[in-house]
Amino acid sequence: MTGVQPQPLLSLRDLEVTFTTEHGAMKAVRGASFDVMAGETVAIVGESGSGKSTTAMAVIGLLAQNGRVSGGQILFDGTDVAALSGAGIARMRGSDIGMVPQDPMSNLNPVMRVGTQIVEALEDNGVARGEAARRRAVELLEEAGLPDAAHRASSYPHEFSGGMRQRALIAMGLSCRPRLLIADEPTSALDVTVQRTILDRLDVLTAELGTAVLLITHDLGLAAERASRIVVMYQGEVVEQGPATQLLTDPQHEYTRRLLAAAPSLASRRIQLAKQAGKTEAVADDLLAVSATPHDPAGPDADADNIIEVESITKVFKLRGRGLFSRSSDFTAVDDVSFVIPRGTTVAVVGESGSGKSTVARMMLDLIPATSGTIRFNGESVGGADRAAEVRFRRKVQPIFQDPYASLDPLYTIHRTIEEPLRAHDFGTAAERRDRVHQLMEDVALAPHLLRRYPAELSGGQRQRVAIARALALNPDLVVCDEAVSALDVIVQSQILHLLADLQHRLGLSYLFISHDLAVVRQIADRVCVMEKGRIVEQGTVDDVFDRPQQQYTRALLDAIPGRDLELGLRAG
Amino acid sequence: MVRLILQRLALLIPTLLGLSILLFLWVRALPGGPATALLGERATPEAVERINALYGFDRPLVEQYLTWMGQLLQGNFGASTRTAVPVLDEFLQRFPATIELTLLALLLAVGVGIPLGYVAARHQGRFLDHTTVAASLLGVTIPVFFLAFLLKYLFAVQLGWFPSTGRQSPSMLATHPTGFYVLDGLLTREWDAAWDALRHLVLPAVALGSIPLAIIARITRASVIEVQNADYVRTARAKGLRGPRLRRRVVLRNAMLPVATTIGLQVGLLLSGAVLTETVFSFNGIGSFLANAVFNLDYAVLQGFILFIAVVYALVNLAVDVSYGLIDPRMRVR
Repeated sequence: MTGVQPQPLLSLRDLEVTFTTEHGAMKAVRGASFDVMAGETVAIVGESGSGKSTTAMAVIGLLAQNGRVSGGQILFDGTDVAALSGAGIARMRGSDIGMVPQDPMSNLNPVMRVGTQIVEALEDNGVARGEAARRRAVELLEEAGLPDAAHRASSYPHEFSGGMRQRALIAMGLSCRPRLLIADEPTSALDVTVQRTILDRLDVLTAELGTAVLLITHDLGLAAERASRIVVMYQGEVVEQGPATQLLTDPQHEYTRRLLAAAPSLASRRIQLAKQAGKTEAVADDLLAVSATPHDPAGPDADADNIIEVESITKVFKLRGRGLFSRSSDFTAVDDVSFVIPRGTTVAVVGESGSGKSTVARMMLDLIPATSGTIRFNGESVGGADRAAEVRFRRKVQPIFQDPYASLDPLYTIHRTIEEPLRAHDFGTAAERRDRVHQLMEDVALAPHLLRRYPAELSGGQRQRVAIARALALNPDLVVCDEAVSALDVIVQSQILHLLADLQHRLGLSYLFISHDLAVVRQIADRVCVMEKGRIVEQGTVDDVFDRPQQQYTRALLDAIPGRDLELGLRAG
Repeated sequence: MVRLILQRLALLIPTLLGLSILLFLWVRALPGGPATALLGERATPEAVERINALYGFDRPLVEQYLTWMGQLLQGNFGASTRTAVPVLDEFLQRFPATIELTLLALLLAVGVGIPLGYVAARHQGRFLDHTTVAASLLGVTIPVFFLAFLLKYLFAVQLGWFPSTGRQSPSMLATHPTGFYVLDGLLTREWDAAWDALRHLVLPAVALGSIPLAIIARITRASVIEVQNADYVRTARAKGLRGPRLRRRVVLRNAMLPVATTIGLQVGLLLSGAVLTETVFSFNGIGSFLANAVFNLDYAVLQGFILFIAVVYALVNLAVDVSYGLIDPRMRVR
């Protein structure tokens, strides 16, 4: 930008947001200052709890009831929004400042037709009424890329897929042509390929309309790809801001550097250091390094020592018919899938939602039976009638799930949580169990004083460490990680991935790693199976599949990863 | 929607069949058999035999059941063993009174409970909210019969604002084409008769409706508070919705889902509560009749009434499910 600096559309000056909680006042945003020019896209990047969403909500005047702007100014076109009355800011919402929220599943009114929800926005902001508003709503949906918009406008949200809902929300956010659009993690709940088309659409629309965008995201790659400037927030403060390219190539603040280092990308290589050195450091920076010698994954050799051999398993679900007497129909979730897991290695199964990868995980855990085909564990067939074999199997195969909030019993202490599988399998005396729990805590690098706490008192990363400790309690051979790091912030994610790699090395574990995130898979897996619509479309070593993908679908998945050309995770090393 | 209704009506058949078998066996399992139950423990063997022959208790069970079912299907619910009046006649005569009473009680519970819960939620954590929560807790804990006595003593005996017993003052000499006294008064333009019948209804309806009112208020409050914080409400505000339109279109409609279920459940409670309320206020509905039948072990009456109440209950639940489909489009596909 040259010449005279134009007036910014949005200007935050020392913004402070305070939440009143039972434990007193808590400052969620402390002295945040940045500008957004008209038509410009600015991204706020940070981990959960960094205050990025709170900042955005303060701009549009939708802070939670116990939150308030306690200092500074939010200048929108010269007016201090923070000083406006409730009715004053309400008049600006929709017409001047629009919003596209995070979760498409929970942000549409479930009892109202999608078209009507846009019509009411148009009517309440005085843009159009009646028949004109209805026609306009259809146009807006079309514009947001919703196929068959005229017909779809009279559908209810539950009849839409996640991607379609997000398009509806984009149409809604832009319906009254706001000058500023707040996009709060607009696609983080969607598959990468869908994410990409939606973001492309949003880019085109805002460029055409000259809308400024304040993009909130935890994904540095996505921010760099979509925004011209990036604001990095950490613990309520803006720690660094600048042009996207400059921030990525020459990060000034320590936190930005760590964020860059932890960001998984296709350019990263398998976590190796821990394996070579056999150390157990948990600091991401030290552990993240590029291995000079490529890892040597064992191929699917017939003679090899395979812990798991999956042979053409198929899972067919019966779908209930709609009518009173109509037949149920079949849905093939997993179709003729075969792969092996060589002992001591990690095999990843990747795919988008609905690809059948989680069904594979559930069959591997013997939680649901396969319709046909066999799974052999240590040469023994899984899912037989033999009760003793089943107990043996359950002991040796342990799961780690995605959501550490939901998969830990909130009423159990951490000690009880980790001890639970030991008790269930009658492991030793109380004293022996206590020793084992302490050993496990050490293994996952958690301080013993946490043992008396409850899950709600731990952070997300700590909880996932507890889940790992619980999974390891019975000395399993195979751990099934179902999206085990997907809910974590990048830095924590990177730490957990290193922990998993280290534990694998020390304990000789084998992993089945289910994930939608190809960049993460690249870091942890030896072999990868790409699933689409229930079938494995491609499998091979990670390097083969990622560097020389054979299938169109695999290429599409790889292309859709935000910031794939940015080579994140390399520079910091 | 039509399919749902048909499906649910079809489900009624096995339900009622099962219930009829249970009821049938229950009467046969009475100590000493139904005849002894009828005549008392000091009945002579001859008398017992005569009754057995009269009512067919000496036939094989299957035959007895089929005979009974055949009669039921023809609308013959048997006759009272005390008064020999056909159950159906007695029932049709008293039913309007109970309907009138439960309807008014329900109207009161819904009409006051929902606004009360809504207002409490809007004032969450403040005085009005605390008062409502405390009052509704009180409402749930006071037994119906105690509240009935209390109301009667205070407002009928001491203050004399409302009549204490019956459905209508005998002095009214009103005509009753339908049996619904308030409606009758309106139809025949006997305004004073309608007003009098309504005054008779007030205290029983308040007593009967108090618990459902408290429960509905609490559920509404909790539901509104939850919906107020929902993501889609925030999004609706973000797109510029505000004021009554936001509250009516987005908050209230979504908050009504659990309330609809609750109302359906309360109807069952109202029917059982009517027995107590009608007894206290000498209100001539099926409730007081049923109470008498229990004391007299009038099994024919009990059988008929229990079957009838089961049907009413099932139909009310169906109505709730249908209303659920009307409020929530997600329920329609099922």
